[in-house]
Amino acid sequence: MKGMSIIVKKVAQLMAGLIFMYGIYIILHGHLTPGGGFAGGAIIAGAFILLILAFGSSALNLKKEIAGSSNTESIAILMVVVLALMALLFGTKIFFLNYLPKGEPGELLSAGVIPLYNIFIGIEVAGAILTIFLALVIFKEESSK
Amino acid sequence: MELTISIILGFMIIGAIYALHAKDLLSAVIAMGIVGYGLVICFLLLKAPDLAIVQIVVETITLVIMVAVILDSTRKEVEPAFDRRSLLNRIAGFIIFAGLFYFFLLAIENLDPLGMHSLGMADSYVNGAVELTGSVNLVSGVLFDFRAYDTLGEAVILYTAALGVLTLLRMKGKK
Amino acid sequence: MIVYILCFVLFLVGLYGVITRRNLIKIAISLSIMEFSIFLILVLIGYIDSGLAPIVDPGTPAQVYVDPLPQAMVLTAIVIGLATTAMLMAIAIRLYRKYKTFDIREINNLRG
Repeated sequence: MKGMSIIVKKVAQLMAGLIFMYGIYIILHGHLTPGGGFAGGAIIAGAFILLILAFGSSALNLKKEIAGSSNTESIAILMVVVLALMALLFGTKIFFLNYLPKGEPGELLSAGVIPLYNIFIGIEVAGAILTIFLALVIFKEESSK
Repeated sequence: MELTISIILGFMIIGAIYALHAKDLLSAVIAMGIVGYGLVICFLLLKAPDLAIVQIVVETITLVIMVAVILDSTRKEVEPAFDRRSLLNRIAGFIIFAGLFYFFLLAIENLDPLGMHSLGMADSYVNGAVELTGSVNLVSGVLFDFRAYDTLGEAVILYTAALGVLTLLRMKGKK
Repeated sequence: MIVYILCFVLFLVGLYGVITRRNLIKIAISLSIMEFSIFLILVLIGYIDSGLAPIVDPGTPAQVYVDPLPQAMVLTAIVIGLATTAMLMAIAIRLYRKYKTFDIREINNLRG
């Protein structure tokens, strides 16, 4: 798949950086404003998809990319389960308990364990959507040779 | 509010009927975009900003994936007009639809009109949520604290779908 | 009440597409349309007139908020719909490479 013209490439480089920052903002403020892990993860995946579509698949090393995104999503969902299991160690033995201190409602560091869940689920969703897209691109490349 | 949502639903129904009968597959996929983005406007009118953000990004990604699948195949749709099997399918379909419609009218008789307080369990969630979970966003608090198992299941489903696509589209040794 | 009936009509349009279309891509599109209608019905049931979006303002606590529970369920369902559509597209492109058509009756007839 060839890349696009140079105007598209430069604009895509600029916009992908801004979209990535916006996705991280929505993940981190998931307990204060609308959004959360799923919306932020999908937006981060959108930034990467924009870069892949603008530069074409001939400018990337696709096998390394898909190995990277697949490992990232696996590690992220493992961390979600580890976080849930750690609640078994602290105090009452309930799976999935919200055990970190709650703090003031409305601050950035509040709501116990919810911001950590948001971060890891965001990374997992971004990795999964990127893996699906890269698998389709690799299949189309290899079967059109 | 009912009038606005009914008008938008009218556009969505027209878009859906066109998506089914389009001759070109690319037109059908773009007509599916009408249904998806009309849903975003409905979510914003029904005061659900979380859902609007997720639906708009997921709809865009779905459209990109579908266009990527369609574009290097023949886009013509070959559908002969009326043979006996398809006519029998349609008549059976309409009879089943009439039956389903009658049961649906029976089911929504006990529903309050749009805007009344229908669900009683929401009171205990809304009133105690900020102290119990500590998060100001009620939907995040419900998703990650009260119903965390559903979120874990959804993450596992998305992970399994990614692994499934990776397994299905593997081309090893097909030279 | 008319809103619920229109949502069900959208569901029936999707069901009609799954039953009577022969092209695999159109079946996938119709399945997606059925899912969208169910999302709308769930969010409509939880709507309260002149309620606010479910973000609590710590300054003024006791207000009437829209029901957050159907919104959490629909958030889960949207992501599951994406996973289903992605798997269906992977199956469709795999079948196209092997049989050179999207028609489900042709795929039925050719074996092996």
